[in-house]
Amino acid sequence: MMNWFTRFITSTLGRKLIMALTGLFLILFLAVHLTGNLQLLKNDGGQAFNIYAEFMSTNPLIQFISKGNFAFILIHVLLSLYLTVQNRKARGAERYAVSSAKSSIWASRNMGILGTLILIFLVVHLKDFWAQMHFGSVAVVNYNGHDVRDLAALVDYWFAKEWYVALYVFCMAALAFHLWHGFTSAFQTLGLNHLKYNPVINFVGKAFALIVPALFAWIPIAMYFNI
Amino acid sequence: MKLDSKIPEGPLAEKWTKHKFNLKLVNPANKRKYDIIVVGTGLAGASAAASLAELGYNVKTFCFQDSPRRAHSIAAQGGINAAKNYQNDGDSVYRLFYDTIKGGDYRAREGNVYRLAEVSVNIIDQCVAQGVPFAREYGGLLANRSFGGAQVSRTFYARGQTGQQLLLGAYSAMNRQIANGKVKSYTRTEMLDVVLVDGKARGIITRDLVTGKIEAHSAHAVLLCTGGYGNVFYLSTNAKGSNATAAWRAHKKGALFGNPCFTQIHPTCIPVSGDHQSKLTLMSESLRNDGRVWVPKTAVKGLKASDAVKIAEADRDYFLERRYPSFGNLVPRDVASRNAKYVCDEGRGVGATGLAVFLDFSDAIKRDGRKVIEAKYGNLFDMYKQITGDDPYEVPMMIYPAVHYTMGGLWVDYNLMTTVPGLYALGEANFSDHGANRLGASALMQGLADGYFVIPYTIGDYLAGMPYEKVSTDRPEFKEAVQQVTDRISKLLSIKGRKTVDEFHRELGLTMWEYCGMSRNEEGLKKAKKKIQELRAEFWQNVNVVGSHNELNMELEKANRVADFLELGELMVDDALNRSESCGGHFREESATEDGEAKRKDDEFAYVAAWEYKGDNQPEVLHKEELRFENVKLTQRSYK
Amino acid sequence: MELTLKIWRQKGPNDKGGFKTYKHTHVSPDMSFLEMLDVLNTELIKKGEEPVHFDHDCREGICGMCSLYINGRPHGPLQTTTCQLHMRSFRDGQTITIEPWRAKPFPIIKDLVVDRSAFERIQQAGGYISVNTGGVPDGNEIPIPKKIADEAMDAATCIGCGACVAACKNASAMLFVSAKVSQLALLPQGKPERKERVERMVAQMDAEGFGACTNTRACEAECPKGISVTNIARLNREYYSAMLSSYEIASKGGGD
Repeated sequence: MMNWFTRFITSTLGRKLIMALTGLFLILFLAVHLTGNLQLLKNDGGQAFNIYAEFMSTNPLIQFISKGNFAFILIHVLLSLYLTVQNRKARGAERYAVSSAKSSIWASRNMGILGTLILIFLVVHLKDFWAQMHFGSVAVVNYNGHDVRDLAALVDYWFAKEWYVALYVFCMAALAFHLWHGFTSAFQTLGLNHLKYNPVINFVGKAFALIVPALFAWIPIAMYFNI
Repeated sequence: MKLDSKIPEGPLAEKWTKHKFNLKLVNPANKRKYDIIVVGTGLAGASAAASLAELGYNVKTFCFQDSPRRAHSIAAQGGINAAKNYQNDGDSVYRLFYDTIKGGDYRAREGNVYRLAEVSVNIIDQCVAQGVPFAREYGGLLANRSFGGAQVSRTFYARGQTGQQLLLGAYSAMNRQIANGKVKSYTRTEMLDVVLVDGKARGIITRDLVTGKIEAHSAHAVLLCTGGYGNVFYLSTNAKGSNATAAWRAHKKGALFGNPCFTQIHPTCIPVSGDHQSKLTLMSESLRNDGRVWVPKTAVKGLKASDAVKIAEADRDYFLERRYPSFGNLVPRDVASRNAKYVCDEGRGVGATGLAVFLDFSDAIKRDGRKVIEAKYGNLFDMYKQITGDDPYEVPMMIYPAVHYTMGGLWVDYNLMTTVPGLYALGEANFSDHGANRLGASALMQGLADGYFVIPYTIGDYLAGMPYEKVSTDRPEFKEAVQQVTDRISKLLSIKGRKTVDEFHRELGLTMWEYCGMSRNEEGLKKAKKKIQELRAEFWQNVNVVGSHNELNMELEKANRVADFLELGELMVDDALNRSESCGGHFREESATEDGEAKRKDDEFAYVAAWEYKGDNQPEVLHKEELRFENVKLTQRSYK
Repeated sequence: MELTLKIWRQKGPNDKGGFKTYKHTHVSPDMSFLEMLDVLNTELIKKGEEPVHFDHDCREGICGMCSLYINGRPHGPLQTTTCQLHMRSFRDGQTITIEPWRAKPFPIIKDLVVDRSAFERIQQAGGYISVNTGGVPDGNEIPIPKKIADEAMDAATCIGCGACVAACKNASAMLFVSAKVSQLALLPQGKPERKERVERMVAQMDAEGFGACTNTRACEAECPKGISVTNIARLNREYYSAMLSSYEIASKGGGD
């Protein structure tokens, strides 16, 4: 006998709830991450960014949240894989010969593909930056007597490569589509659908989906072209 | 055979109360020992199944659709009458009774109709408690509207989908009993015969429509809630699957058939568009509140709706307003229908087929503005446009009458029992409380009254006298019935003729519509009788039913039903021939006043005609149940 | 009009199916889609072939019996039922592909006919208010705000055709379940059982093997009755609050 909690979180609705909650947390993470990254655009030789990065990678509380963040990413990814398999099974062995796309938006039907693109990006991104920062060798700079690892230089290195900038921009486009559906969808899954608040949720969701990935993508472009 | 209606003695208002007290009861602990079969899961069937299961009986339900919720009660639009007098406009149980008796042209029983009006108030309470979302006023109380020319607002409604909502209510009550294990629901299963043991109805034979398996089911009583037989006409507002098979097989096993010729023809249907037409769609008669009915004064061949504007006002004949100055376009259904037929017979009909009249909203739109009309009829206009391609805001609608409801059906007594003990008929399947003509919003009321509030009382009286023992389906009576059903199916499949089932059905329909439709005369009826006999003979020689028995075979299903329609059609003609008066939906041209209006003959025909089956191709025997009117005075209808 | 029809033919539940192509030369724009198939079937019967089986009954858009996945959309190109779809919505010479609803919980019976009894079992799991016949309060004893009654009615118009499942890429039945749950959760009569009801109906929905909702809203776009996905949000809310707060967990059986 499953107890009520297991029954709850293993029901289709419970699983969707977990997808929505982890998704919303990751949205929050994106916002924080972006504020940090924007420091790169300051004309200070990467100082502000480096201090921010050092703080993020050493502060115990942030480190704790970061572990949670990885866990959430993992849950979000694994659960989505499971749900995708289940959902495909629900369609049955024989699939439609003709499918019309008119009844829903493209992003909503392709969250899996978009998510996979984002996942690939994430792996590359973690390998080149996060892993270097934590396990690799990064040059050290000294600001007012404090030794700080020069992540900004690493960023400069990668963002000087055309293909890397292109990959970055492309993946941010995927993220935009993922958010375009995901942001408002999370609210719908949470049951927050109300005539009075829907316009606000929709506006914020669409704005977030456009602005955040655009800014993320702007950073490599700006750095590449030295704007 | 002496027909005993079992109407209780005493004052009208006390009959039902007294009768309920006199009915025998079944001890609560013993109810679980009785099995009841309910055939059909529309309003009458679903409500009966749920109520009987709640009482403790074991119920089995059968429907040919894939879900009980799809029974054709679901298509009823307008509403349900109840004598609640919530509107303080002078309604009462007595007034609803009086209107119904009068509307039925004095061909129904006073006792039954009064009971119907009496329990109507309970129906609304029951449905509200089940969660039926009736229309409400801003204060939160139930809304009412006046319907079908009634002088009071007593019609409860759920948008234009009242039948759907009431059925879903009854269906949900039934679902609850399925979950409780008290109802076993058989879907995609059709009843093909009733089985009598020692003269009592003790079971049915069914065919599983998916596997073709013929099965026998035994019980202590059988309820037929199988709806009407309007599909005899092929084209009607009934669902494609609506059929008379259950009722007809019961009739052949001894249940008398009451007033088979009483059919209701609804004036506001979308006209036939071609030979491919498979059914007719009804549009609410509320349209006649604002639409004006007309045809050109002189025939214009193939007049299109888009060319209607070209006919000058002076050249239009608003024939209902002309003939019935006081009621105008709001005359009752039968009068409106008949007059549309007359103008079309004169060649003045419109549209490609010439079988349609205009229903014109241009004056109403000019008067009230498009917005007001849209608010009232928007969904109907949209539906009309979808089906015909014409926009009623721009051009007049075209309408033509169509068969809608059958007042006739299995004869039942006050307890709803047919002349076969233990066999009951509820809802449209019985020769009902609507007499010769049914009022709008009364069909839903009757179906639910029978199922929720009549049968739960009256069936106990019968079962209390029945032994608990179940009869085995191994008995010869069951075996024999299974054999007959199987033989008939084999026969149908083996003919392999050249005409499809639909072709026969269409031909029967045309004959019925032509000679036993809105207007009937002796010569035509005699011709129809002969034609039907010939068609029936040809059917059994020349029908082509493809496919096999042990699979889903919709052609076979149709063939089984049409074979019965071919017999029932003849009985309808016989009944129409016998009743040489005009009353309600039955208009005999020989019985008309000087200005062509219907003339009832109360001294000769104030009776229920109940027909007894005497064998294949034998004339049926007529039994008469005299109708006694102690409370209302018989008057001729007039709408001048 | 002349049409090419590609129709899914399948003899029985366990047989292998496939498309068969038919030329249909007697199509009038005034025919309904089902009448067009009627005419085709008459021709097939005349040739001694088996007619195409499809579900239908009322043919006025309310019984929910008709289905058909037409050119990639349930009930065809218009937001209506197949029986209300007319041939004037198609072009002369067009090819029309007709498939059955495809979902694991809706197994094919024959040709275009599928078994939707999963919907029945979901309704039986709790889609009702437990009141017996008789002994109920007067209809006007429970005032219900008009807006609430109207919203409940919006949800109650569901005809149970299954187009939502057919349209959903996940074959999710959320729109159907949410419509019934919403109707009864909105009305005061439904409140006493609202928690148990939603728990049981969702459990049954999952047991039938329907997919999860990913909010694509295809169901809403294809629903012939225009049932809104607002109901799905309500179902979610009802379900979470029931699971987190109900103290009684009944897993099966009726309401008494």
